[in-house]
Amino acid sequence: MKTPDPRPTAVNTPLTDTPRRRAILKQLRSHPTVKGSVIALVLLLATVLLAPFLAPQDPYNLAVLDLMDGRLSPGSASMNGFRFWLGTDSQGRDMLSAILYGLRISLTVGLSAVALATVIGSLVGLMAAYAGGLIDTLLMRLVDFILGFPTILVALVLLAMLGRGVDKVVIAIVVVQWAHYARIMRSRALQERRKEYIEAALNLGFPAWRIMLRHLLPNCLGPVMVFATIQIANAIVLEATLSFLGVGVPITEPSLGLLIANGFQYLLSGDYWISMFPGLALLLLILSINVIADRLRSALDPRST
Amino acid sequence: MTTQPLLAVYGLHTVFHSEEGAWPAVSGVDLSIQPGEIVGLVGESGSGKSVTGFSIFGLIDPPGEVIAGEVLFKGQNLRDLSEEQMRQLRGNRIAMIFQDPLMTLNPVLRIEEQMLEAIQTHTRVPRAQALKRCVEALEMVGIPSPEKRLRCYPHEFSGGMRQRVAIAIAMLNQPELIICDEPTTALDVTIQGQILYRMQEICRTHGTALVWITHDLGVIAELADQVAVMYAGKIVESGPVSQVLDAPAHPYTRGLLDSLPGAIQPGQRLQQISGMAPSLSNRPNGCAFQPRCSHALPQCATSEPERTTVDQRTYRCFAPLVALGPAA
Amino acid sequence: MQSLFVLLAVSVVVFFAVYAVGDPIELLVSPEASVADRQVMIQRLGLDLPVWLQYTGFLGRALHGDLGTSFVHGIPAIELIVQRIPATLELVFVAISLTILIGIPLGLIAGLKSDKPTGRGLMAGSVLGFSLPSFWQGMVLILMFAVWLHWLPAAGRGDTVTVLGVPLSLLTASGWSHVILPAINLSLANIALVLRLTATGVVDAKTQEYVKFARAKGLRPQRILTRHILRNILIPVVTVIGMEFGSLIAYSTITETVFAWPGMGKLLIDSIYQLDRPVVVAYVMLVTFIFVMINMLVDMLYAALDPRVQLQESE
Repeated sequence: MKTPDPRPTAVNTPLTDTPRRRAILKQLRSHPTVKGSVIALVLLLATVLLAPFLAPQDPYNLAVLDLMDGRLSPGSASMNGFRFWLGTDSQGRDMLSAILYGLRISLTVGLSAVALATVIGSLVGLMAAYAGGLIDTLLMRLVDFILGFPTILVALVLLAMLGRGVDKVVIAIVVVQWAHYARIMRSRALQERRKEYIEAALNLGFPAWRIMLRHLLPNCLGPVMVFATIQIANAIVLEATLSFLGVGVPITEPSLGLLIANGFQYLLSGDYWISMFPGLALLLLILSINVIADRLRSALDPRST
Repeated sequence: MTTQPLLAVYGLHTVFHSEEGAWPAVSGVDLSIQPGEIVGLVGESGSGKSVTGFSIFGLIDPPGEVIAGEVLFKGQNLRDLSEEQMRQLRGNRIAMIFQDPLMTLNPVLRIEEQMLEAIQTHTRVPRAQALKRCVEALEMVGIPSPEKRLRCYPHEFSGGMRQRVAIAIAMLNQPELIICDEPTTALDVTIQGQILYRMQEICRTHGTALVWITHDLGVIAELADQVAVMYAGKIVESGPVSQVLDAPAHPYTRGLLDSLPGAIQPGQRLQQISGMAPSLSNRPNGCAFQPRCSHALPQCATSEPERTTVDQRTYRCFAPLVALGPAA
Repeated sequence: MQSLFVLLAVSVVVFFAVYAVGDPIELLVSPEASVADRQVMIQRLGLDLPVWLQYTGFLGRALHGDLGTSFVHGIPAIELIVQRIPATLELVFVAISLTILIGIPLGLIAGLKSDKPTGRGLMAGSVLGFSLPSFWQGMVLILMFAVWLHWLPAAGRGDTVTVLGVPLSLLTASGWSHVILPAINLSLANIALVLRLTATGVVDAKTQEYVKFARAKGLRPQRILTRHILRNILIPVVTVIGMEFGSLIAYSTITETVFAWPGMGKLLIDSIYQLDRPVVVAYVMLVTFIFVMINMLVDMLYAALDPRVQLQESE
């Protein structure tokens, strides 16, 4: 008489289960802001990859720059008729090009930091869960220790020691973030570890690394991946903040954060575009990632309606 | 000469809205309660008995909604009242007791405060006087050293005591009607007996009417004057307790009686009604009980039985177990 | 106990890390200085000793309250930091006040109207509060209120009045006009957090049985809100605010940099630039100490607010 049973799908079915995956994707697609975010993100990614080709001007080629073009407002033209759609900075650099390159750096740092943190954190969490006992306690104490401090402080002190540089910023972000993944992976692995297929693998005499990596790991990836997507935006923000404070990426490879810092002093005199446009680009990047990550999380959360 | 019923419910319909539509929880319930009368509302989980209680009390929250019916309290239709007017009645002229005494009392507030506010929200009473009433109420429900107990927190009481506190709170303003939603279900059998005894005593003394919602027919047999049996959102049988329990008309009532542990000899298997009560989303066509009924006629599967009234008894069945003629 | 171990571990890590990298001599001595002059400098700063000796020396002095002397300013690092503490504390104090005064009421509204556009809008807007980078928020504030509207100053701290030897700017009008923007900047992320926490707390509480029972007693909605719902949700909210106090001090580094606010945070950034290691080390040690203290305080506060916790302990 009435419509079918609306019981929610089982919590523990793995993500590879197609009906569940389809349901999740459907929920992701349905929300209007998600569509907008995906479009924005794809555009951003495309511009980032194609930056060298798209950017009207290579912002790091000093030969092209002309100081006379410095601090021009958006839309003005240079001496040789070249249009600066987003204005120029104090060195005469085209803001549009600088932003495109800056996006590149920001995204690169964010993605690589999260990727590394995920790998390291997951491995540590996996080991802690698998080994148990003293190793588990020690590793988790370390995790608690790191997570007990505010991220900005740890990152600052680290970079105070390491100096500036893209790789160093990545290292700092990884050090700050990996502990989260370790915790998540560990709790999930502890649950999975008790299941029968792990017992079976143990009985078959598989070596520990094989069980961990080929049996345990794939089933624990879910929550870790969701967390990672959320953390990408956080990593990008952290890098931007560190660069803004002057301890992040070097001047030769400015990320959006550094661009914003460079333009900060001109804010007070009204030349807002040197800071604002990189800022808006950063915002767009973060927001689109956040919206998608948030939707992904609620789609995967079995408690959501 | 009939006195005006204290509470008269006509055609109550309550639904729960969802994406797929409106699931009917209560489909046309009629009740009549005289002053000082104890009416038992019996049914399994999902029968709609608790929803009926909340609907009368006006505490159905979205996604639920009372969509039809009249709830006449002393002649006035409660459904016409504003929320503020209902608020003035609640805890005052009509009270309600819930099932789980741990969760009904706020864990971070002392008993004293939770009782005082029940009084002072309705009448301006000096604190000392209100406290006196609280102590009296606690004594009435049998809580020892009530003055000291007032200063305690809910978690310092046992389950049975907490429920007594809830009853005391309900009685504070001498209501004319108390709706009790399975108040003893979460308690030990021995405690249950004590509470039932107390409730009966209080009601007889103060002339308070009760609607006692439960799934336990045994409790009803002890306590109530009238009984109404609910199944799948409808009242399938009602009438004076002794008559209904001695000679039930509806097969479901018969089934409930038979499944009581006291109904059989030691060593015999416990009787059960086969099958399960339908959930909101899959009520069958025709009579809702038909799939589980051993007396079903062909027409039971296709059409819903109307309510038949004989004297003080009613039933909804095409094949009643007892032929109820005019009063014998 | 455990806290001491944390402090010790942090001191080891920070000391060795900070001292092992970078060469401050380069900064403090002009390139033309003779080798002899350099030697004097090195000896004066104790940099000629092996690292582990430097550490034990450091630890010994630390236990006496001496956390090293600033390379740049020549005065004890602790003194330097302590000078700047009032400014940071002012900022943090105003930020926490804002968090409580704005976050909790807005959260209550969002929770009570959770199914209406107001509530949903508030929740959605709050996401911006903690996902937008703090320095960006600060810049926008400066742009709007200082540059375009000219209502408030863009940087620095206002005039101070010395009370009991401590210069406070909150006692002057100019002090308030200077502190408002940075305080808003510092508190925005926390306001968003508290808003959400309060809102979810209210939504949870609304469906609790005791709220239904309170309605069954015929209580007025205001009373239900203030006496029943609020008491229950305040516990986690207060805990969070307490924990956030520590992170406010940490995040003030950003706000102080954006607004040129002369507090501990700005000192840290400057010291990092100038490779003034003792100050960096002293800062980290101090902040760790503060964190440990705060955690203990929050535990005690929690026990005081939730009678269930208390009773368990006494039994």
